[in-house]
Amino acid sequence: MKAFEVVTEPINPQLYADYVLRPEAGAVTLFTGHVREWTKGVRTMYLAYEAYVPMAEKKLAEIGREIEDKWEGTRVAIAHRIGELQISDIAVVIAVSSPHRKTAYEANEYAIERIKEIVPIWKKEIWEDGEEWIGDQKKKPKEEVV
Amino acid sequence: MIELHYFAGIRILTGIPKESVNFSNQTVEDLWKWADEKYPGIRNSSARIAVNEEYALPSDVIESGDTVAFIPPVSGG
Repeated sequence: MKAFEVVTEPINPQLYADYVLRPEAGAVTLFTGHVREWTKGVRTMYLAYEAYVPMAEKKLAEIGREIEDKWEGTRVAIAHRIGELQISDIAVVIAVSSPHRKTAYEANEYAIERIKEIVPIWKKEIWEDGEEWIGDQKKKPKEEVV
Repeated sequence: MIELHYFAGIRILTGIPKESVNFSNQTVEDLWKWADEKYPGIRNSSARIAVNEEYALPSDVIESGDTVAFIPPVSGG
């Protein structure tokens, strides 16, 4: 495994928790993001994720550096899975260790927010009656229907 | 020549995942104009352009051999 990676196989979160653990750490937060079946009353059958892999891994590492600069003593590992994912599969794992728990929680949340801003990964939702790349809704506004 | 990559909703718009085009010593802004002529609507897609895997500014210059990607709004996590 790499500390910051895009993978196509199922994610084993323990690998990332183990990677960040070290003697100075008093806390490890391990966040796993999963494929959700229902979003605003619409049922998702499965998801397909796509990434610009080299840039995505670079940006994940950049987030890790931001965290290590912002919160002293932290260590970070992040993996995002791409391809077809089924309901409840792990899409993303973020492991953060730090001397104390507050930082580990804060830094972990910061990581997921940054992923949603700068990491070139896209999600396509597949429903019973259609599909759409999420994030590009702006391209299909109501005026097309009018 | 530069290599252009298209992702997600942008790929649906262009119909192809990538292509090589003759383009050098022009800016990201120039590329936007070129792209919007070839793929009408691409400019209104809220996409960003990355040059050699870094987000670029409109005034940045693209050189021959660069890899350029059209990055629609991301939705990872």
